[in-house]
Amino acid sequence: MENLKRTPLYEIYSKYGGKVIDFAGWELPVQYDGIIPEHEAVRNSAGIFDVSHMGEIEVKGKEAFDFIQNLITNDISKLENQQVIYSMMCYENGGVVDDLLVYKFNDEHYFLVVNASNVDKDFQWMVQNKKGFNVELDNISSNIAEIALQGPKAQDILQKLVDFDLSEIKFFYCKRNVKIDGVDCLVSRTGYTGEDGFEIYMDNDNAVKIWEKIMDAGKNEGLKAAGLGCRDTLRFEANLPLYGNEISETITPLEAGYGFFVKLDKENFIGKRALLKQKEEGLKRKIVGFEMIDKGIPRHGYDVLANGKVTGFVTTGYFSPTLKKNIGLAIVDIENSELGSEVEIVIRNKPQRAKVVSRKFYTKNYKK
Amino acid sequence: MRILENLLYTNDHEWIRVEGNEAYIGITDYAQHALGDIVFVELPEVDAQFNAGDAFGVIESVKAAADIYIPVSARIIEVNEEISDDPSLVNKDAFENWMIKVELLDKSELDNLMTAKDYEEHCSKEE
Repeated sequence: MENLKRTPLYEIYSKYGGKVIDFAGWELPVQYDGIIPEHEAVRNSAGIFDVSHMGEIEVKGKEAFDFIQNLITNDISKLENQQVIYSMMCYENGGVVDDLLVYKFNDEHYFLVVNASNVDKDFQWMVQNKKGFNVELDNISSNIAEIALQGPKAQDILQKLVDFDLSEIKFFYCKRNVKIDGVDCLVSRTGYTGEDGFEIYMDNDNAVKIWEKIMDAGKNEGLKAAGLGCRDTLRFEANLPLYGNEISETITPLEAGYGFFVKLDKENFIGKRALLKQKEEGLKRKIVGFEMIDKGIPRHGYDVLANGKVTGFVTTGYFSPTLKKNIGLAIVDIENSELGSEVEIVIRNKPQRAKVVSRKFYTKNYKK
Repeated sequence: MRILENLLYTNDHEWIRVEGNEAYIGITDYAQHALGDIVFVELPEVDAQFNAGDAFGVIESVKAAADIYIPVSARIIEVNEEISDDPSLVNKDAFENWMIKVELLDKSELDNLMTAKDYEEHCSKEE
């Protein structure tokens, strides 16, 4: 694998049996022990992920608030210091540039976390849209490592390594300058699995040390090293979108069913006009959940038929390790989106019956 | 990785155990390990006929779907329903848990397959 990037944690993959793949130009572990045991560890105890490939962009300056408020679809006006918010960032036409987390340190200092595959595109988009705003943007992605510790035991494990009560950090809040083994970390109660857990940011040089400390603290708690494979099955069961699947340049947040993160009553933001129009005119298609009636595993990109005609395609599909069923998300024409209606998924050229069901496959287990 | 002596092998990591004019066919230990947790197996209908190298079924892990190819031309006599019901059996023992039992249509094709020793070398090159 030539010209692929490596995170500072690359060296630990082989120690824990990681199977490395090319993911968006990065050499990252798809699994260690196996996707299913890792998935189950996160649901029942805890899993630790190297997510250092994620991008981090700092926004500083007198008009940092105005700049971000214009850039993203969610509303940061009620955000407290050290609070975190999830949002999309759209083009003028309502298509999605990326989804991201916004950490507010103070009115003039924010920290944005974006998808690895989109860092350069996102940064360019931000620079392009900073005209007229008194802000400084700094793409610090290559200096920062990130470890996600996720699962019902995450707090017990991390608690052993910090000298304050972790329950101080509420859901979607963060704490800066947390000392873990003497290393300054940013810790937030956030994640991408549908479980309670933390995302921990540190400089590259300390990533291996922190990983091993957490591994050691989790030794008797069922903690497992977890790869990208189960990261995807976990987020999928919890109905969390993946950029490129549920949201993309051609699927708007409204079509994807994430209108909650689009505040159309906000004064202005990029894409507002198009999204408002889409809402007023009514959606022509939307993402639904489905469960297979016939045999077969639905996969990303498979066609969906209704009455023999293509009505859409599968955005994500799996054999769900938690539900032990073949389920998926698909974008379909609005007339075929009703709960209970029957569609067909084309699996290896054969239409197989499926039923439209609620997207809440798994009830999120957050500590709020 | 386990390789059994008394079987013949393909480049695509299938094995065949010949018993007279009949044979059992499955995927190798190497293949099950490379695939990871197997969650779905699709097998052919009894009596279906295939030419050597045709895809006769599909095996899926959490992450991916892979075709399974028939090592020699054959007619299906029996499929192993046990692995359709519990695909993880293939992870537990890929040689014990065969996929199809077939009638051989051209025994001379067996000469094109690899011995255990050749297959071991083939796998070491793929590492």
